[in-house]
Amino acid sequence: MAKIKTLADLKKMKEDMRTKVDIREKADTPENYVQIKVGMATSGIASGAKEVMDFLIEALEKRNIEAVVTQTGDMGYSYAEPTIEVKKPGEEPIVFGYVDTKKADEIIEKYIKLGELVDGIIPVNYQVIDDDK
Amino acid sequence: MDKVKLTIDNKQIEVEKGTTIYQAAKKLDIEIPVLCYMNLEDLGIENKPGGCRICVVEVEGRNNLAPSCSTEVWEGMVVHTHTMRVINARRTVMEFILSDHPKDCLTCAKSGNCELQDMAVKLGIREIPGQEYAEMSEYKVDFSPSIIRDLDKCIMCRRCEMMCNEFQTVGALSAFHRGFEAAVGPAFEMDLEHSPCTYCGQCVAVCPTGALTEKDHTRDVINALSDPTKKVIVQTAPAVRAALGEEFGMEPGTSVTGQMVSALRRLGFDYVFDTDFAADLTIMEEGTELLDRLTKHLNGDKEVKLPILTSCCPAWVQFFEHNFPEMKDVPSSARSPQQMFGAIAKTYFADKISVKREDLVVVSIMPCLAKKYEAQRDEFKLDGNPDVDFSISTRELAHLIKEANLDLNTLPVEDFDKPLGESSGAGVIFGATGGVIEAATRTAYEIHTNKKLEKLDFEELRGLDGIRSATIDFDGTPINIGIAHGLGNARKLLEDIKAGKSQFHAIEIMSCPGGCIGGGGQPIHHGDSSILKARTKAIYAEDAGKPIRKSHENPYIIKLYEEFLGKPMSEKAHHLLHTAYFDKSKKIEIS
Amino acid sequence: MHLLVCGGTGCRAAESDAIVTNLQQELEKNGLQDQVQVVMTGCFGFCEKGPIVKVSPDNTFYTQVKPEDAAEIVAEHVVKGRQVNRLLYKDPEKKETVSDSKHMDFYKKQIRIALRNCGFIDPENLDEYIARDGYMALGRCLTELKPQDVINEIKESGLRGRGGGGFPTGIKWEIAAKNDADQKYVVCNADEGDPGAFMDRSILEGDPHAVLEAMAICGYSTNATKGLIYIRAEYPLAIKRLKIAIDQAREYGLLGKNIFGTDFEFDIELRYGAGAFVCGEETSLIHSMEGLRGEPTIKPPYPAESGYLGKPTNVNNVETYANIPVIINKGANWFNKIGTEKSKGTKVFALAGKINNVGLIEVPMGTTLREVIFEIGGGIKDGKKFKAVQTGGPSGGCLTEEHLDTPIDFDNLVQAGSMMGSGGMIVMDEDDCMVSMAKFYLDFTVEESCGKCSPCRIGNKRLYELLDRITQGKGEMEDLQRLRNMSQVIKDTSLCGLGQTSPNPVLSTLDNFYDEYVAHVTDKKCPAGQCKDLMTYTIIEENCVGCTACARVCPVGAISGEKKQVHNIDPEICIKCGACIERCKFDAIIVK
Repeated sequence: MAKIKTLADLKKMKEDMRTKVDIREKADTPENYVQIKVGMATSGIASGAKEVMDFLIEALEKRNIEAVVTQTGDMGYSYAEPTIEVKKPGEEPIVFGYVDTKKADEIIEKYIKLGELVDGIIPVNYQVIDDDK
Repeated sequence: MDKVKLTIDNKQIEVEKGTTIYQAAKKLDIEIPVLCYMNLEDLGIENKPGGCRICVVEVEGRNNLAPSCSTEVWEGMVVHTHTMRVINARRTVMEFILSDHPKDCLTCAKSGNCELQDMAVKLGIREIPGQEYAEMSEYKVDFSPSIIRDLDKCIMCRRCEMMCNEFQTVGALSAFHRGFEAAVGPAFEMDLEHSPCTYCGQCVAVCPTGALTEKDHTRDVINALSDPTKKVIVQTAPAVRAALGEEFGMEPGTSVTGQMVSALRRLGFDYVFDTDFAADLTIMEEGTELLDRLTKHLNGDKEVKLPILTSCCPAWVQFFEHNFPEMKDVPSSARSPQQMFGAIAKTYFADKISVKREDLVVVSIMPCLAKKYEAQRDEFKLDGNPDVDFSISTRELAHLIKEANLDLNTLPVEDFDKPLGESSGAGVIFGATGGVIEAATRTAYEIHTNKKLEKLDFEELRGLDGIRSATIDFDGTPINIGIAHGLGNARKLLEDIKAGKSQFHAIEIMSCPGGCIGGGGQPIHHGDSSILKARTKAIYAEDAGKPIRKSHENPYIIKLYEEFLGKPMSEKAHHLLHTAYFDKSKKIEIS
Repeated sequence: MHLLVCGGTGCRAAESDAIVTNLQQELEKNGLQDQVQVVMTGCFGFCEKGPIVKVSPDNTFYTQVKPEDAAEIVAEHVVKGRQVNRLLYKDPEKKETVSDSKHMDFYKKQIRIALRNCGFIDPENLDEYIARDGYMALGRCLTELKPQDVINEIKESGLRGRGGGGFPTGIKWEIAAKNDADQKYVVCNADEGDPGAFMDRSILEGDPHAVLEAMAICGYSTNATKGLIYIRAEYPLAIKRLKIAIDQAREYGLLGKNIFGTDFEFDIELRYGAGAFVCGEETSLIHSMEGLRGEPTIKPPYPAESGYLGKPTNVNNVETYANIPVIINKGANWFNKIGTEKSKGTKVFALAGKINNVGLIEVPMGTTLREVIFEIGGGIKDGKKFKAVQTGGPSGGCLTEEHLDTPIDFDNLVQAGSMMGSGGMIVMDEDDCMVSMAKFYLDFTVEESCGKCSPCRIGNKRLYELLDRITQGKGEMEDLQRLRNMSQVIKDTSLCGLGQTSPNPVLSTLDNFYDEYVAHVTDKKCPAGQCKDLMTYTIIEENCVGCTACARVCPVGAISGEKKQVHNIDPEICIKCGACIERCKFDAIIVK
């Protein structure tokens, strides 16, 4: 381990180490970040939800988007799996169906970055399953 | 020095910054009662743990009461020393202290001389609420050859601890346990006998209660005196005569040599002798040894041990045996005057009066408690019979005299018996710090230079500073002399010797503050150093009044060598008057 | 995904180590060891429901987790994304489960400054501390601020000593800074000794670097180069984590010479205490560190003038230090907006006693006792009635119903007859006898007095004896006056804070529950039914069928009676063990 010799060293190290606790800090105030929930019930995993989730985590980090990716249970749209719910700060959550890695990439680039709508939104009367309120 | 103005009991006073409330009040003649506090002024001995809380006073603007002994004054301070809040607090605290103190005053060694008893009277304590169900702390009584510790009577004033650790650096006593069980004693609750205690008795000298007292030998003395088959002789140490009068209401510093002699004679001692005689003998032996080593040194002998250290003080001997055993060949091998006296009495004198050794009882009156221990050391016994049978303190002698309905104030002045009662002024000054080395200088100078000493008073060797030094011109040879009283001061000089830094040729060491006049067997000084100063004055006055003031001029000493010993350091002298020291450093055991 | 497992002493005692091991094994089985990180953190505070496992990023808060639950957590939550409902916290009033700690009453009103990293980072990992702005405050102080600027910032923040005294920290630092000496010291008092208190322990176990960083900042401000942490040897986990932290900080160059490339040097050593309560008093603490008997000496001189080895020494408590880096990072003006007029920031309390949510909390100064006890603490256990709360440990006093809406701060608590102390808060219900409570604390004080001054050494013992007699029904009315007088004199005359405050439990119960004392003395009854000696066991004739079960179970043969006849208990022989009541099937035995 190199010694910290200046304040700049420390600042750099803090940046490097940030990811270590990032996930915990964001968990405390998720409303400030893009929150993505991936439906990860058995059927979801079978249809590739795990790969989608891994992709999202990696892609968001690479593209410097502050986001919290969590998993959730069956979202009630098993016909459209894998499904993900995306909630941007201050906006209502939107659920997307049939999400593969390509779709996920599109969601990041268009919806999350630019606010443009993307095909595959499951529009009506859904309920967020693990909302604690 | 910055000055501070304050008001105590509506009286204004200006004192130096750093003064305590107690000291400031004293200047206004307001005597705040103190219990744990003790200050031997000019000796650098002060005990103010602020523990007893008897001396509390009210200070305006302060939430709680302030301990006056240890609270420094500040500008504009307003103090009240006897409000009802203060009086109630003092009384309640005193009730607390007494609730954990035995009520056996009738048979307590300190009855009538107890600061706690006096305080109870002063604060008007008539009953202790809740005493019937109050638990009392209990400890086993520790009997050592010199000192008895009865911790049931300890009030945690910590004076003994301060003397033992700070002044003497002996470290035998320190507080142990916590809270209600707390008391002061050797580590691991060892007995004193197994501790590094030197029996200097300074703990006893400062104890305000009966927790620390001397081992009483008056009963043994009475038994010996009542035994018709025994000849009982007595020797009295120099410092005793300068303090005994205090026990009979005399002014401190009143010398009572003659009255003491007649009291002893009336008590039934067959011969009343003087340890001063043996002190002169000590000078002959120790002085010769000094000159011997000095001559060798001046002739270039690198092996010779210098400085030579005096060896009259038994607590000091214990101290270096415990703490500096590697230096046990540095002190003079001369026995202490008490033991020289005993050895001569049970040989030379016993022969003279044709009494068998076992029928001769030697009693010594000492200002010292370590002498009790010294008297029973194995090397000072012949077939189990000690050279000195019983050593009693000045205080014990006072008890014996009072018990016999004698009053020192009205007794005639009488002389010591011959031959062991004659002494020079040099023998007398053994009782004060610096006295032994002054006495040795008087003799060594004349023997070394073959010249008569014109001025006998070596003022440069006297005084109360803990460590003193002087260079005496031995006719062209400068002799460096060091003096220490208090074992803490002695330790400093010893560390120098050990480190090879000492420039001294000879060092006198006494354990007690002021020397033997401040010994652990003397009348209790209750923290008043003016008493010690007065005793010192009396010692030097006695010396000044003596017709003979040099040991080697004592005719009975000369006669002793002619008739019996031959010359100083002769084989016989060596056998009877010298000793060896032992390594006691590993004798610390946990009982 | 991160699984945070509480590694505080309490949760470890409930095998949280095994939870970590099992979680790791389960993750490996599922091939998830690279994606999911298991972190052992410091204390979450909610000790009542420990061991705690928290899942990030979804913030699921599992309570009372057992090692064998690991498999289910991994299989359900980690793999399938389904929360394990049975491990979620259930709100006792609303009877609903709450998965996110943010929505739990226990956490809602808390603001965590001193505890900011407890339950959040791995205390044995300096990188995680750095990721949380660790050592940033020290870096800024050393490179951007003058020592006096730092002191001014602390002064302006209004931070007061959290050990109990409430002395302004900035002023303390300033005094130490102004006393010139060739060597000065910074001491951290981690000799936490109040019964039931574990604030400092939790901070040291959960966020040791915060204390090290603050001590270094203090060293910079006061021109001291040596830091000493006086910690009781009974805190092995805190000691272990401190040692790790010190080693790591040295390795990173954050302790030692030329810190942040400046001339400043600072290092820290540990000193172990034997757990004497009095050593929390700063002069005693210093004597103990010097190898002397742990006893107080009179102040002045204060440690800031003449402390460790006679050198100027700044002594602060663990929690005080834990606030320092945050104050530097966020600014005095951020900090002093929290709290009340004269007490700024937050205070950590250890909730204990008859309260539903036993644990460690941190609330802004000014929070009321009611909020702490009834909202955060979840109210009184078993639906019993609140009777009193003891704040300030054995030095404090009890506060009652009428004080519940008092905003907690240093001055208000003193005014109400208690004190802040170091943060112990023990809640009592209707079954607690207040005389026994006072006796309990006196027992503690008697045990912990150093014995140096007579009022504390003997006076407290006498207070205890008198209280003991009262609980035995041997008290008399005049004893109550004596209790009060002795208490006042002990307060008035004792040497150090221990004795000056030890009678507070007696005085405050005399003030608030005088009737209860009188009941013990005149009626020889204990209204709370707690004092054994004042209870009598009697048999209700109508209910007794003479089955002899009670007589057979009585260990001392105090019950007599023929078969099928009404039995009788001899009160002289009865030892009030309660065995008969337990055995009786007919509710025929009562205690009065």
